[in-house]
Amino acid sequence: MVTSAAVAEPQRYLETQIRWRPVEIAFWLATLLPFVLTPNYLVLASQIAITALFALSLDLILGYAGIVSLGHAAYFGFASYTAGLIAKWGWGEPLTGLVIAATAAGVLGYLTGFIIARFRHLALIMITLGLGLLLAEAANSASWLTGGADGLQGVRMWKLFGVFQFDLYGTTAYSYSLVVLFVCFLVARRLINSPFGLALRGIRENAIRMPAIGAPTRAHIRKVYTIAAVMAGVAGALLAQTTETVSLETLSFARSADVLVILILGGAGRLYGGLVGAIIYMVARDQFSGINPQYWYFWIGTLLVAVVIFLPNGILGGAARLVRLFERSRA
Amino acid sequence: MSTSALSTRGLDKSFGSLVVASDIELDLPPGERYALIGPNGAGKTTLINLITGMLKPDKGRIFLGPDEITLLKPEERVKCGLVRTFQINTLFPHLSALEAVTLAVCERRGYAGSWWEKLPAYGDAIEEAYAILLSLRLAASCYRPTRELAYGQQRLLEIALALATKPKVLLLDEPAAGVPQQESAELFSVIAGLSQEIAVLFIEHDMNVVFRFAHRIIVMAAGRILLQGTPKEIAADARVREVYLGRARHG
Repeated sequence: MVTSAAVAEPQRYLETQIRWRPVEIAFWLATLLPFVLTPNYLVLASQIAITALFALSLDLILGYAGIVSLGHAAYFGFASYTAGLIAKWGWGEPLTGLVIAATAAGVLGYLTGFIIARFRHLALIMITLGLGLLLAEAANSASWLTGGADGLQGVRMWKLFGVFQFDLYGTTAYSYSLVVLFVCFLVARRLINSPFGLALRGIRENAIRMPAIGAPTRAHIRKVYTIAAVMAGVAGALLAQTTETVSLETLSFARSADVLVILILGGAGRLYGGLVGAIIYMVARDQFSGINPQYWYFWIGTLLVAVVIFLPNGILGGAARLVRLFERSRA
Repeated sequence: MSTSALSTRGLDKSFGSLVVASDIELDLPPGERYALIGPNGAGKTTLINLITGMLKPDKGRIFLGPDEITLLKPEERVKCGLVRTFQINTLFPHLSALEAVTLAVCERRGYAGSWWEKLPAYGDAIEEAYAILLSLRLAASCYRPTRELAYGQQRLLEIALALATKPKVLLLDEPAAGVPQQESAELFSVIAGLSQEIAVLFIEHDMNVVFRFAHRIIVMAAGRILLQGTPKEIAADARVREVYLGRARHG
């Protein structure tokens, strides 16, 4: 009935949907610019790469599967402390430390996923918020382990590959964070273009229909939640390793809220939303807080309200609309 | 029981003092086209929700073929071959029709859990999805997001999603709801043309359609099955005329 030519077409169409675009390649090449243009800001660049990775992990659950979380810092901070403690106790090798800390975050994500998968909407926001606060308070009271409000001191990292020292200028830190971000990005990109990624979008688009087409929604959610927790853990471990300290702030509500703001600013469900959001947010904070630090949240609040009103799909959503308008006017 | 594709025994359900299903006994033979009719609030959609597991019955048992499915989750029942469509479009607004049907095919074939392989690598699933869309005359607009499709096309996509699960029993909740009469006949000719291996139970208010396409009709009123019979028997029954046919039709 169906000729092979007719079928090759839908397959080819789906392939063009996920092809690498020139603007993507340009974006990744541009991430190398700080080495040349702003060598004094590599520490900031490293922080941006870490925040971007954290936002990317939130995008997997929020942007693709529609799971709203106000407690995503739990996995970030948990891995941060794990990585910090491993180094403090005498194993300062960065890569194995990264893997162990990310695994720890993944286990935490897998376990909490059983609760997360049962709820949606407001209940989910409250549960993630509660889990986040719970962990932050536990870290605060276990000051014998975490250093409490003073932060975890005595974290000493070995050289990366036994060669590259984590220096004050952040050259190693940024290189390391950027490569890890890129690898995680490739994983995320593959994931969202897979059948599983399509199933996640199905959950976001209509959670009621999914069981009616035979989809095990809760199992899907537990799986993506675990993967996102691992990725948030990688980001947290990177922060601990590149700054050689861990503070309670890594587990704080403020960090969970910031990453949500970053993702929504940039555009949720767009893969690059968290990355672009992190760059804009972190650079703006660096610049504004230099002028008058106490008013920083005034400006970010203004920006957030403006973006949500005028660009409901974030900065990237707005940009995509502009491109479409431009192409239509040319056609 | 082994002769029925779907059967229920003594299904009861009430919300507080409101009885929505009472002692429902139903037998749907393989390949048959049954219509479920009754006035608004008779419990037709509730019965579909009970059978598909979206509501839990207070009492009673449900069988798919010889197997009891009363305790299975909705998605497990779909895997067994029992699937439904919705009266109000319950689709994936931002997925294209092709993506949506491919998703349903992937779930059935067990591909939907794999996250390390690109979707286009699963050519067999895409091919099957495209064939379903082609058979329902949706192929031409299958790349457009669902929310941009015409309403009638969205009703067809409801059926396409259900077919992608390879059902043995298909429950259609007012498949032509909101569709103009002309298109409604077209839609039902699609349903009539479905594989003879699928047993179909459909809810419909338009009596012309019901009498034309149903082999047998089940009449519900106030949570009970009032009567079952061939279209001829139903048309001749005085009680049916009283509770349903005699009154103004509802949409």
